[in-house]
Amino acid sequence: MTMELDVFVGNTTIIDEEVYQLWLDGFSVADAVKMRLENGALGECEVSGEVLHSDTMDQYRTFQMCERLLHCPSKLANQLLFQIPAHHQAMLIERYYEFDHMFAREVLGKKLSKGTKKDLDDISSKTGIALKSCRRQFDNFKRVFKVVEELKGPLAENVQHHFLLSDLLAKDYAAVVFFANSRFETGKKKLQYLSFQDFAFCACQLISYWTVGAVDNMMDDMDVDLEKEFLHDLKDLKVLVNDKDMLDQHKSLVCSQLRGRIRVFTEMEANFKNLSRALINIASKLTNTKDVRDLFIDLVEKFIEPCRSDKWTAGDLTLFLTHYTSTASTLETYRYQVIWERYMGVVKSCILKMYHD
Amino acid sequence: MPGKLKAKIVAGRHLPVMDRASDLTDAFVEVKFGNTTFKTDVYPKSLNPQWNSEWFKFEVDDEDLQDEPLQITVLDHDTYSANDAIGKVYIDIDPLLSSEAATVISGWFPIYDTIHGIRGEINVLVKVDLFNDLNRFRQSSCGVKFFCTTSIPRCYRAVMVHGFVEELVVNEDPEYQWIDRIRTPRASNEARQRLISLMSGELQRKIGLKVLEMGGNAVVGYLQCFDLEGESGLVVRAIGTACTLDKISNTYAPASAINPCNSSPSKDTKEAGFGEEAPGVPLSSGPPTPLRAQTFSSFSPSKSYSRQSSSSDTELSLTPKTGMGSGGSAGKEAGPLKALLRQQTQSALEQREFPFFTLTSFPAGFLLHVGGVVSARSVKLLDRIHNPDEPETRDAWWEEIRQEIKSHAKALGCHAVVGYSESTSICEEVCILSASGTAAVLSSRFMQDGALDMDHRFEDLAPPGCGFCHIPYDELNMPFPAQLTYCHCCRRFKVPDVLFTTIDLPTEANVTGKGCLIQARLCRTKKKAQGEGNATAISNLLPFLEYELHTQLMNKLKLRSMNALFGLRIQISIGENMLLGLASATGVYLTPLPSPGGIQIAGKTPSDITYEQHISNMQKKINDTIAKNKELYEVNPPELVEEVIGSPIPEPRQRSRLFRSHSESSDEVSELDLSHGKKDAFVLEIDDTDAVEDIHSLLTDAPTPPGFYSCNTEIMPGIYNWTSALQMFTSVRVFRLSNVNLTNQGLNKVFNDLCENLLKSLYFKLRSMVPCCLCHLNFTVAVPEDELIQVAVTAVAMSFDKEQTLENGRQSCDKTLMKAITENEEQLQFPLELTAESSSNPLSSAKGLSEVSGALPSARDRCSSWIEQLRLKAHTIRRGSIKTMSSLEKASPLPEGRSRSLRSNRSYAGGSVAVVKMTPLSFIPGTKIIKYLGIINMFFIRETTSLREEGGVSGFLHSFIAEVFAMVRAHVAALGGNAVVSYSMKECVFMENPNKNQAQCLINVSGDAVIFVRESELEATPPQPQSASTQTSSSGEGT
Repeated sequence: MTMELDVFVGNTTIIDEEVYQLWLDGFSVADAVKMRLENGALGECEVSGEVLHSDTMDQYRTFQMCERLLHCPSKLANQLLFQIPAHHQAMLIERYYEFDHMFAREVLGKKLSKGTKKDLDDISSKTGIALKSCRRQFDNFKRVFKVVEELKGPLAENVQHHFLLSDLLAKDYAAVVFFANSRFETGKKKLQYLSFQDFAFCACQLISYWTVGAVDNMMDDMDVDLEKEFLHDLKDLKVLVNDKDMLDQHKSLVCSQLRGRIRVFTEMEANFKNLSRALINIASKLTNTKDVRDLFIDLVEKFIEPCRSDKWTAGDLTLFLTHYTSTASTLETYRYQVIWERYMGVVKSCILKMYHD
Repeated sequence: MPGKLKAKIVAGRHLPVMDRASDLTDAFVEVKFGNTTFKTDVYPKSLNPQWNSEWFKFEVDDEDLQDEPLQITVLDHDTYSANDAIGKVYIDIDPLLSSEAATVISGWFPIYDTIHGIRGEINVLVKVDLFNDLNRFRQSSCGVKFFCTTSIPRCYRAVMVHGFVEELVVNEDPEYQWIDRIRTPRASNEARQRLISLMSGELQRKIGLKVLEMGGNAVVGYLQCFDLEGESGLVVRAIGTACTLDKISNTYAPASAINPCNSSPSKDTKEAGFGEEAPGVPLSSGPPTPLRAQTFSSFSPSKSYSRQSSSSDTELSLTPKTGMGSGGSAGKEAGPLKALLRQQTQSALEQREFPFFTLTSFPAGFLLHVGGVVSARSVKLLDRIHNPDEPETRDAWWEEIRQEIKSHAKALGCHAVVGYSESTSICEEVCILSASGTAAVLSSRFMQDGALDMDHRFEDLAPPGCGFCHIPYDELNMPFPAQLTYCHCCRRFKVPDVLFTTIDLPTEANVTGKGCLIQARLCRTKKKAQGEGNATAISNLLPFLEYELHTQLMNKLKLRSMNALFGLRIQISIGENMLLGLASATGVYLTPLPSPGGIQIAGKTPSDITYEQHISNMQKKINDTIAKNKELYEVNPPELVEEVIGSPIPEPRQRSRLFRSHSESSDEVSELDLSHGKKDAFVLEIDDTDAVEDIHSLLTDAPTPPGFYSCNTEIMPGIYNWTSALQMFTSVRVFRLSNVNLTNQGLNKVFNDLCENLLKSLYFKLRSMVPCCLCHLNFTVAVPEDELIQVAVTAVAMSFDKEQTLENGRQSCDKTLMKAITENEEQLQFPLELTAESSSNPLSSAKGLSEVSGALPSARDRCSSWIEQLRLKAHTIRRGSIKTMSSLEKASPLPEGRSRSLRSNRSYAGGSVAVVKMTPLSFIPGTKIIKYLGIINMFFIRETTSLREEGGVSGFLHSFIAEVFAMVRAHVAALGGNAVVSYSMKECVFMENPNKNQAQCLINVSGDAVIFVRESELEATPPQPQSASTQTSSSGEGT
């Protein structure tokens, strides 16, 4: 006595958002049924497991058939097979492309290659996210990356245009693509405390200010790569630490501004030269691809950690970086204001974002 | 050569990759009509080719235009090997042949392959230039409109209803004639699809010719079916109702346009309002004189009518045809007017071979009285059809059955059969042919008959809302013993205690409370047998099956305190080793009919105390259920006050009887006597295990969850304030019985559970639409293989607004309804009548009571006489073919509804694909259908040789059904429509061979493509007073 066949097809495709999430999360039909029973979200309808199983199967089949279309979201709108209301289409796409930040954090900066895909089971067991779901998320990254990689124009907009995602999600994807393209180091132990959100913020800063598109979005070049010329110009900033006079002058200006305003003044005064040297060194090395990749680890090791060991507060850090940037501009012999501000603006916001436990 | 067909291939999109090397496709298109083929250029290396071809022109006979589909084949060009087919599109160009339907077909069609399913889409443009054909002996019937809808389509009015048309064509089934049994799946599937498409076209053309002969211009309630008879061939048959329809051209004055009376609209409105009251009155304005009749007698039905409402030739019922005047001689001042009236209509109907109507819902005043369900079945042995051009045997078979039906109707004192339908069930070489309908008396108003001049005298014959319940047969000479009472509404005419019909609930009917779906399910085992023996066994089983189904229906009806069934449809399916019976209907409480008695359980051994206890427990349960149901369905007839208190049975006036399997009819007699003494209830005796089972199944029918209602008709009585949400769906289940040695009871339980669980699943899935009603729940059962039971359901779920009070809802409903039908006169009348009736009821019910006690022929007698009938009619074996016919209250649905103040789904903004709504009903809530674009009748085969890879049988069928929906929607959209109404899936044949990883499925769907507009968008500012309320009620849907 078995149900050999059991299907339900509506003229308007019925989509249960709860079941969709379970499917996306990689649960098997049996598990999904169990979860639905436990959730008791079924309200007053008294239903048996049988009914739930049948419904879950129908939904899962629908999602599987839709999946092909979701790979190219623009197709979903002009395909004829399923009649899906627009708001549901948007939901299907958005949810399909949503990803777990835990997962994204793991693959951030890694090459989106077959090799990485093989490591997904490790990531799955580490994050507790079902392997199926990991695969979907990874494939989404890869798919978005492939489409957007060679496109001109603003990265997030390209993602949004091609995959019909919300602003926020498109920005997150931009970050993922950006990191995957530049292969920033994010896996080191010292960086583990940073969340995907932290990196996404930094990525956004880098995209907005350091890429070619940042200067001139009419440019033919892409949003994915940092501007070579700018990185080259950063070498000029060395003068700030190499010129003794300038360094001293800079220090005294900063100290005069901060005296009595920050709690860690003495530590700052003692450490000023080291900190300044760290920031300038990072800037001057960015012409090497290798050093670009190490940007975040360098910021943490050379700047954030010393500050942290001296128990700077976030407020202290903000004040310091603000005045550190602004006073340099007032130095009479300093000629690199534009580059300096472009550099420090991003570094400052990145450091502030990354300065937490 | 009166036609030029033009086709243009514009573009393709989402094509599959045909060349693995380049991941691209070199596509071109072949366009074929008849024997002519054109090709487009190859559009190299693209998945989105832009052919933008020239116009391909076909000069063809209109006969071919009707028969042939336009065939579009998309192929992948291959330089070195044969070109690969990507898929096909068949376009039925029939809608372009009628001036009132579509003018161009243009849009994206899914490219369909029988092995791979939908593979991309193609944009096509098709036009037809038609030259007028003046040849009187023409073979074509271009311009005859076809409607699946089983009522007069919304934007038309019936000028005349001509009557029954039928036709069948037969052919060899390509699947079974493949040489040497080397079956090439794609070729044979395509050959079959093409053949059936051709045969459907031919069938429509032939039926069209018959309609033209009768002087009509349309077929309403067109029902086409396929019989896959296996090796003996393929039969395509169709029935319908020929009508002369007149398009209601503007929204302004439709009120008077539909009403077949003359004079100016304003005058019309007033006078008709009172005239319409009586369904029996065809003419409502001033007394039509014979002179007037003459004036219009020259009118020819085929002539197109003036669309002006003021035009006087709307008085169509006065169009005598040659030889039709005889009815008038009956005398003008005759005493028994009713009899006279009947005589006249009868004479009109007797001119016809079969006075059958496939309609289930009628223009006001057409349906006078309903007698009951008539049905006939016949078991036949299939043999090869030797000469496809003369399908005499099949014709003769149906002829026999129709004669049977006709005589049953006559026995019920009726001259017509309405809600008529035919069906078959085939297993190997045995075939059951079934026909059923509702015996009825019709007004001559829409028929060609003279002597209408006296009709106005019957004005007060029968009030609306109860007239149709009044018995058509002679009280003193009843066809079967029935229990008659005076009508609870008008107190003047007799009504039966229960009424079974296959039609939809007339809109004007007086109903108390809500209705609900009632199903009787039955499974009977049968020994495997061959040929004649098998046929005999089946025909021996049939009467019992039907009888038990009937008993079950009665029980369930009583349990819900209801007294009438509408849309009754009984389906009997045969398998190798079992027979399945499924009866579905919508139960309602008709106010004019007496309140049903309760169910009383009687034990056979009253001495045993524990047994007594058991019985009283059960009795209590049943009474509780009845009480609960009364509350649930709001069945509170006003008479309730007078109930005899103290009796466990709520309605003690009725006495009818339910009894167990009548297999031992000798027992029956004594049992019957037993119950005879108790005057007050439906007695259920539990003297055997069967009966216990029965009670169980009675009580285990799961109640519908809160917020849900269900019916298999178009109209759900008691719900009027529909909202916009609408969801049509198809659900299919196949159940495997692993234990072959099941008993009847075991099988029954399995089958019952299968249906119940399916319903439960539906309720669960549609829970977000609550409060909602599943309308037109249409179950189809089949036994595809030895141990398989297949159940398919197509229905529509519609949400309604709870807040509105019933009264308001009802009124606004009626208003929209009338607006839709555009008979606003009646509508003004209606609420008044309602109140008048309800207030008069308590007063007059006392009288009713006394009358009732006088006339008490018991239901038992009726049943036993029915058995007699069965015996008489059962199994006559003739010439190697076995035939069983049984009659009685049998059924078939195809309900039909009214438009109400309904709203439809909100349309989703965005998306480049136009939304196409589908519904099995003839209307869409909250909208007005402004144009019918033509009939959709599509047949698809899908096959797979990689079943597992496609997600098993469920995955396979799921995508196939989705594909069928998609193709229907695409065709409708290409015709310029935005909805399909009266949609039905008439065939879903599923076969699998899991061992070979194969499965095949055939689906046939049909419906009417329409354009609707939302009522809120109708800025027509109709002058009718009700418009205000309608618009406010539907304004909410914009959200």
